[in-house]
Amino acid sequence: MEHTNPTDAAPWRPRIVAFFCNWCTYTAADLAGVSRMKYAPNTRIIRVMCSGRVDPQFILEAFARGADGVLVGGCHPGDCHYVEGNYKMLRRYHLLQRILSDMGIEKERFRLEWISASEGDKVKSVINDMVEKLTGLGPLALPDQRAEWDREMDILEEKMSVAETAEKEGTHA
Amino acid sequence: MKENGEIRIGFYICHCGVNIASVIDVERIAAYAATLPGVVVSRHYKYMCSDPGQELLGSDIREHKLNRIVVAACSPLLHEHTFRKATENAGLNPYFMHMVNIREHGSWVHEDKELATGKAQDMIRAAIRRVRFHEPLEKKRVPVLQDVLVIGGGIAGIHASLTLANAGKHVILVEREPTIGGHMAQFDKTFPTLDCAACILTPKMTSVKDHPNITLWSYSEVVKIDGSVGNYTVTVKRKPRYVNEELCVGCMECIEACIYKEGKWPDEFNVGLSKRKPIYIPFPQAVPPVPVIDPEHCVHVKTGKCRDTCVAICGDRNAIDFTQKETLTDIKVGAIVVATGFDIFDATQIPYYGYGKYRNVYTALEAERLINASGPTGGELLLPDGHKPESIAIVHCVGSRDVHYNRWCSRVCCMYSLKLAHLIKERTGAEIYNFYIDMRAPGKSMEEFYNRVSEEGVHLIRGRVADITPQALPEGSDQGGYLGKLVVQAEDTLIGRVRKIPVDMVILAVGLVPQKDAEEVRRMLNISCSTGGFFLERHPKLAPVNTFTDGIFLAGACQGPKDIPDSVAQAGAAAAEALALIDAGSVEIEPNTAYIIEEDCSGCKSCIPLCPYTAISFDEAKKKAVINEALCKGCGTCVAACPSGSIRQHLFEDEEIFSEIDGLLTYA
Repeated sequence: MEHTNPTDAAPWRPRIVAFFCNWCTYTAADLAGVSRMKYAPNTRIIRVMCSGRVDPQFILEAFARGADGVLVGGCHPGDCHYVEGNYKMLRRYHLLQRILSDMGIEKERFRLEWISASEGDKVKSVINDMVEKLTGLGPLALPDQRAEWDREMDILEEKMSVAETAEKEGTHA
Repeated sequence: MKENGEIRIGFYICHCGVNIASVIDVERIAAYAATLPGVVVSRHYKYMCSDPGQELLGSDIREHKLNRIVVAACSPLLHEHTFRKATENAGLNPYFMHMVNIREHGSWVHEDKELATGKAQDMIRAAIRRVRFHEPLEKKRVPVLQDVLVIGGGIAGIHASLTLANAGKHVILVEREPTIGGHMAQFDKTFPTLDCAACILTPKMTSVKDHPNITLWSYSEVVKIDGSVGNYTVTVKRKPRYVNEELCVGCMECIEACIYKEGKWPDEFNVGLSKRKPIYIPFPQAVPPVPVIDPEHCVHVKTGKCRDTCVAICGDRNAIDFTQKETLTDIKVGAIVVATGFDIFDATQIPYYGYGKYRNVYTALEAERLINASGPTGGELLLPDGHKPESIAIVHCVGSRDVHYNRWCSRVCCMYSLKLAHLIKERTGAEIYNFYIDMRAPGKSMEEFYNRVSEEGVHLIRGRVADITPQALPEGSDQGGYLGKLVVQAEDTLIGRVRKIPVDMVILAVGLVPQKDAEEVRRMLNISCSTGGFFLERHPKLAPVNTFTDGIFLAGACQGPKDIPDSVAQAGAAAAEALALIDAGSVEIEPNTAYIIEEDCSGCKSCIPLCPYTAISFDEAKKKAVINEALCKGCGTCVAACPSGSIRQHLFEDEEIFSEIDGLLTYA
């Protein structure tokens, strides 16, 4: 199956997709690297110019494709390289959290953090903390869940069509 | 968007010596990448950024007709430029190259080799998927304005201004205080050479005043900055000085003539150790050599009812002008040099050192003024009770190297403390005790200076001062205002004993801290700051005077504590960087701008208020939004917000990011 870990022997580890803004958080992650800070290897970072570029669809896509968590990193309020893109992300974050909670996705799985270019240690602590929390929550496995839902739907549809056929035959008789 | 034509991807993974290869299994990844769809060439190489590495990439592009390149190496912020150029040199559009950061975000931050390799594998799979959607893009060039703004007229700002002006560029130097000169003007002598600060600084100040290419706006502040590299619009607030700089000849008779016969208010230049009148000049060599009227205390400004003796004495020159108003002036510049300097640590924060409580505890800056011939005592070191101190303690690292205050070493305090020890000993013969944690004397001639001072009989005690308390005076004794001695207590860590030394005077070697309003200035400039609050350079080693905002450069202690030689060197570097930018006449702008697919735009106008640069307008005839790509800075906020998906962004297309997400999470 496409969405499971490559080897069955490997223990499950949370997978996090991170969207980091070029000017603050991506640079902070570079700083963490240059400073040789060690943190959990569960995060894969996608660079965007501004956290304001993070489309809610990116976050939903990441969850749908099997991410256990999504992290968005932007500049501190007032520090945005593009004046206020991070505020736009903040608004989307609050709206999205409501949608995600309706879908049964725990709020710890979607996180927005302000990390400035000098805060390499914060990249480390945020990622480690998030990995710890997600490890506690366990896999989200949305692709598996979706496959399960699809199966349920198929069964339901089949039952319906059987019922319909029976009904039709009943009227004929 | 569609993938165009046959995709032929070249994949390169860099060992970076052992930096990457010691943690990430580069050979395994190269073999893995070769199995991915579209990959024609997959290689690992010791140093991709080296000339042979770049040549390898180039020859592969030509030989294998590659049309997409993925380089897994260090951060794109470091070498994206290098590999784009290599790609371009081989005849391929540079934007067909994409970098994967497996060093800063990989081998340097993870220890588990298996997991780090797994992560790198995910990242390169994402990049190989992403790069399929890349399109050829053209960089835009925008013209660069030729004037430069320098903020701050201390030694760094002065040097940067003069360098730029000598290169034939017009410089606008904005200084907040009534005079340029900054902290250096307040010092007596400078370590380690013991040059007199005024002797070496004032000629440079005069050069600023006389230079045809420099417009000096003292007593002015930058209040707003708009625009971007090559084209900044800066609003400068010019405070009323009430003395016309054009008409004043600097005779200073108005100061003499003021209705206040004596100074009454703390003199800022002498750090409050003397008093000044409402009309004053900060110090004799001030530039511009024009008095300034303090509106808080001038009777005319406050009440309008003054005998105006200053106006009378000025006579026909008519330089005194009470009609001056605060003005806001807009200037346009191509580059900005920030040289806003530092502040000194507020010693009252450490209560047990008694600053502000005991009158014979001074900061080092106050001591500089006390021993300076133009200072409040004419250069004679006197205590407030009129006595000459016979014993003096100099406490190092006040507010520096201390987890409770500031962790950083302020770099200059050891040397200026030794300088003060030398100067005071030379002039007064007093016993000097320097209490230090470590004696830091790096740099040219510094260690020699330390040796010299220690041989002069200055007592150097290795120990952090724990307490400063007044010595009890005999009861009932009439001391005639005598302040008594202070007992300085420290553990001498070289002999392992606590020492209590009574002294007449204590000098606190206060550390360097960011300016009080550094935070507001930083936000106005849209630059970053380091943990301590000093402005952040783009790269600590390779771009020490650049900031993350193109066209804004740093000089001097606003970037971190530094001494005069380093400030001057950095100012020269900042001037050179600014010059390189503006002399080129135009600057390349990244093509990552937003654009609209007109037929998809529903004309909802959601995007228009989102743009901080007012780059989006509405075409009423067509009922469509229009993006002015010249104004767009490429943040992508409107792209994410467009409900119909009709706004797109070059280099950060939805397809590119979606394929990256899918690539990260798919185990093929």
